[in-house]
Amino acid sequence: MKITSLEDLRKIKASATDQTSARSEGKTRIIIGLGTCGIAAGARAVMEAVLEELGKRGLKDVSVEGTGCIGMCQQEPLLDVIRPGEPRITYGRVTVQDVPRIVTEHLVNGRIVEDRLIGRAD
Amino acid sequence: MPTYRSHVLVCGGTGCVSSGSLKLQENLKAELVKKKLDKEILVVQTGCHGMCEAGPIVVVYPEGTFYTRVQPEDAAEIVEEHLFKGRVVKRLLHREEVTAEAVAHYNELPFYSKQHRITLKNCGYINPDNIDEYIGRDGYQGLAKALLEMTPDDVINEIKASGLRGRGGGGFPTGMKWEFCKKSVSDKKYTICNADEGDPGAFMDRSLLEGDPHCVLEGMAIGAYAMGADEGYIYCRAEYPLAIKRLKAAIAQAESYGLLGKNIMGTNFSFELHVKEGAGAFVCGEETALMASIEGERGMPRPRPPFPANKGLWGKPSNINNVETWGNVPQIIFNGGAWYAALGTEKSKGTKVFALTGKVKNTGLVEVPMGTTIREVVFDIGGGIIDDKKFKAVQIGGPSGGCLTEEHLDLPISYESLTAAGAIMGSGGLVVVDEETCMVDLAKFFLEFTQAESCGKCVPCREGTKKMLDILTRITEGNGKPGDIEKLEYLGTQVKEASLCGLGQTAPNPVLTTIRYFRDEYEAHINDKKCPAGACLALTNYVIDPGKCIGCTKCARICPVGAITGEIKKPHVIDTEKCVKCGACAEACPVKAIARR
Repeated sequence: MKITSLEDLRKIKASATDQTSARSEGKTRIIIGLGTCGIAAGARAVMEAVLEELGKRGLKDVSVEGTGCIGMCQQEPLLDVIRPGEPRITYGRVTVQDVPRIVTEHLVNGRIVEDRLIGRAD
Repeated sequence: MPTYRSHVLVCGGTGCVSSGSLKLQENLKAELVKKKLDKEILVVQTGCHGMCEAGPIVVVYPEGTFYTRVQPEDAAEIVEEHLFKGRVVKRLLHREEVTAEAVAHYNELPFYSKQHRITLKNCGYINPDNIDEYIGRDGYQGLAKALLEMTPDDVINEIKASGLRGRGGGGFPTGMKWEFCKKSVSDKKYTICNADEGDPGAFMDRSLLEGDPHCVLEGMAIGAYAMGADEGYIYCRAEYPLAIKRLKAAIAQAESYGLLGKNIMGTNFSFELHVKEGAGAFVCGEETALMASIEGERGMPRPRPPFPANKGLWGKPSNINNVETWGNVPQIIFNGGAWYAALGTEKSKGTKVFALTGKVKNTGLVEVPMGTTIREVVFDIGGGIIDDKKFKAVQIGGPSGGCLTEEHLDLPISYESLTAAGAIMGSGGLVVVDEETCMVDLAKFFLEFTQAESCGKCVPCREGTKKMLDILTRITEGNGKPGDIEKLEYLGTQVKEASLCGLGQTAPNPVLTTIRYFRDEYEAHINDKKCPAGACLALTNYVIDPGKCIGCTKCARICPVGAITGEIKKPHVIDTEKCVKCGACAEACPVKAIARR
């Protein structure tokens, strides 16, 4: 493909920024407990569902991170959402079916999904 | 297009490649496949991160976790622990030299937080083999702006407004240089990139070419547009195979996008770029010798004028800038000259990249705004001297530069301040020297280099550096005569003034500045036959400290000439007449009782 205008250049820039978006900071973070307890409770499937949902909705400014066990193993899989400037919201016993709801409600609309909420920390 | 939740950046600069980063990349990829994580985690090869001594370097995003000294066999643990279970591998975190604490994040390291990276902004962040990633970081926007919105004069005025000066060492204002070339009337003009970086201990240009080749290509295309050139050469030494490979790949990608070649971005501006491999002669970094070498002639300088701006490559007007200078151009055009000029001192604008080496804790690539003090570079970013020995001097500007001492530590770095102190900015080599380095020996080292690299065309350089080296050699061997210092000063001044090109004109600098600041060391060598730093072999003897010696007899047994005698459990002595100064005893001593004095 030949670039013949600023428009062409911007298009490549936009898609390249998406490709490298995992490398930028200061975004909404989703943190999933991936200790042995989390994995045993199905956290991997939850993480895959999160990635799929983000891809489906084209949400590029969200980072997905894993973390170790934080000691609340009976509540696993644990999924935290931190939106810039907002408290850290922890959801417990998250299932694959809950993921689209959390992404739509919390990430897109900014409303906390109360029935899965187990904690919030500033 | 898949969304990767995490990017694992593995340094692919020459430093990290030599410490095993290619194998590490392979292992990481294989482990990811094994764990079925390859669809969600991407391994990216980047350019140099600058902290070469701690390589191979791995950065894991989105967290920005910074791992150093990662070995290929560590791949499994990183994948299993960090990427699969989300637990940071503490063992591999970088340990801060000063506090010995583990630092998890890239931007928390003093080595990085005190730098200001403009030229190097993409180095270690993008994949240099992928033009899209460069475009994603505003790449080729400067070229687009120049071609679509600016006249050639606008471009030159913007460069002038930025205050950018030649980063190869000369410090000539870039905008003015471009203007001379633009005003030259000709049917054909060339732009040339000088990538013949040859100073011992300097690797700024190599790292930039390896880590972000497109910024140099874009800078050259902008320059060609401003000056009316349609062809360019990158003269890169053949000892930089990775840089050459990445440059060639980058040129091919830019051509396929129509960002180089005919009718760039649909305009009637065309620019063709070639890579010319230099055979490794230091003198070919001199612009007229460089052009002769491109033409297929012997790489020898010629007198100027005529300057390259009037009569350059194949007799046509040409402009030569250094890698770092070209690398600054795209951002200056994109962000405006005023943006660049806001950084730095009154007469030296912007930032400068230094290759920090020698007896300093954090060696590597450092970019700081002009006006930063040497103390900040050596102690804050560099972490101070290895083993907390005493700082003695920095050799700045390589074999063409000079040394600066403790009294200059708070000197703000700029072209003017360094010249006033007897050194030069040079291309950016910064060698830190501690109390155990002999300054006469250091001067001799650099002169050995320039003397060997002298092309031999003009007498002052060919004969003068040879004679100077003879004198220095005899001083370090204990045969110095009274009057040698004065002779060196006289010869040095003559060579500086009478040589044809920059090589000879600057070759005496290390000698002259070490005499200026460390005359007492020269005098001690000549008059007392002593090397105060204990570095010159001929002037020092191995001695056993009777207070420390435990009489273990290890030294006596290892000595190849039987020069060490003594009874068991009693202090031993070395017969200096017999001793051949091989140093085997000092290495063998379990209590470090043997030293050279």
